[in-house]
Amino acid sequence: MNPDDLKYSKEHEWVKVESDDEALVGITHFAQEQLGDIVFVYFPDDLANLEQFKSFGEIESPKAVSELFAPISGEVLEINTELQDRPELVNEEPYGGGWMLRVRLSDASELDHLMTSDQYEALIAEEA
Amino acid sequence: MKTTPLHPAHLALDAQMIEFAGWDMPARYGSAIQEHHAVRSHAGMFDVSHMGRLFLDGSDALSLADSVVTADVTAIPSGHARYCMACNESGGILDDLIVYRLSDQRIFIVCNASNREVIVNTIRDKAPEFPDADLFDRTEETAMIAVQGPTAVPIVQSLLPFNPESAPLFSITVHPASDTFIARTGYTGEDGVEIIVNADAAIPTWDRLADAGVAPCGLVARDSLRLEASLRLYGNDMNTTVNPFEAGLGRFVDLTAGPFTGKDALLNVKDQGPERRLAGFVMDARGIPRHGQAILHEGRVVGEVTSGGRAPTLNLDIGMGLLPVALARKDTKIDIDIRGRHVPATVTPTPFYRLPRPDS
Repeated sequence: MNPDDLKYSKEHEWVKVESDDEALVGITHFAQEQLGDIVFVYFPDDLANLEQFKSFGEIESPKAVSELFAPISGEVLEINTELQDRPELVNEEPYGGGWMLRVRLSDASELDHLMTSDQYEALIAEEA
Repeated sequence: MKTTPLHPAHLALDAQMIEFAGWDMPARYGSAIQEHHAVRSHAGMFDVSHMGRLFLDGSDALSLADSVVTADVTAIPSGHARYCMACNESGGILDDLIVYRLSDQRIFIVCNASNREVIVNTIRDKAPEFPDADLFDRTEETAMIAVQGPTAVPIVQSLLPFNPESAPLFSITVHPASDTFIARTGYTGEDGVEIIVNADAAIPTWDRLADAGVAPCGLVARDSLRLEASLRLYGNDMNTTVNPFEAGLGRFVDLTAGPFTGKDALLNVKDQGPERRLAGFVMDARGIPRHGQAILHEGRVVGEVTSGGRAPTLNLDIGMGLLPVALARKDTKIDIDIRGRHVPATVTPTPFYRLPRPDS
């Protein structure tokens, strides 16, 4: 269910390293299932840099607002603008079309602070 | 936590459960937005057994109810219902309720789960003045299922002894043999019924409705449906510090009705006009308004959001809030303080969503 080639944070975000220093960021299948229908994804207008484990935006379901926490640090290269009109992509394809940011990693060693898919599955088994 | 007779059915459907007014209730079974659309396009059902179900019996039953609520209970024809409120002495809303007149000697009241004790106590306080009226709280020995949507009525007609021709909106039909009540009421902005059965008949009734294609729907969809129809939610849009005229519910107050608690205060409010009023608004930029957020006008805080959310049928972010009367007018430009961001919105007439009429 959770792809092996991604790294996961305790706050249920994922990182997919695409080249030496570029990565995609999103939220996990477990997170979207817990949140329910995603009706709005908010990124601050001046979002330029991520800091690992710091908030970078908000995600809203009908009944709740949750903060998004950066799984890694880096410069924001691209925001998935399709989520503006189709936030449900986060539900439908959390590891595909529901990606949120493309980032230039500032410190690849931060990936060591994240979990493998096996470790992440153990974590959600505890939380579920 | 309390559970309804339908609790096992919710668990069997793997619903996401939440605590609501002390009850363990289904928030959603799958996608709340799909549940919302099911009610607008077809039929959905809600377990509303947590709501209070009170009966008043005796020759003083009507007068007792009349002394508590804002409607003229003596003017309700038998077999019909009125939406109304119970107020405190200063006119603040204790609860909003539906009063059904079953006969000249029998009244049925449905109140909010969170206010059941308040309403029971309010009625008990008045009871000594009305010796021939007994109060029975049948909430926990019965269940209530709301079946709502454009196909709800024909589906119920095919399953239960219910003839919509003789059961108009806000009517109630009683079937003494099965101790079943079918009321043509609801809280979604759609046509539909609310079925009250004994607890042991709850799951069989639910299963028959499910087999007929009615989609189980949870409290999340119930909230987005009622918000689109601008139906007020007690605890959000009204409380004891808000009176019916401020809540925009003045038409459910009959000031010609016999003395009822809060009547004098409400005569005053009506005479002088309320200072603030609940208004609907639509967001002009993306942002989801939530209960408790400040409303600004020209940079100044002028009110508070009472309800807000995404409207799946309308594809808009909408809300309601209490505003000074001068600003509670169509086209007034306001801003909502969404966690520090000021997002523009415009006051609009309500309801946001209205049931399409066959003749329009």
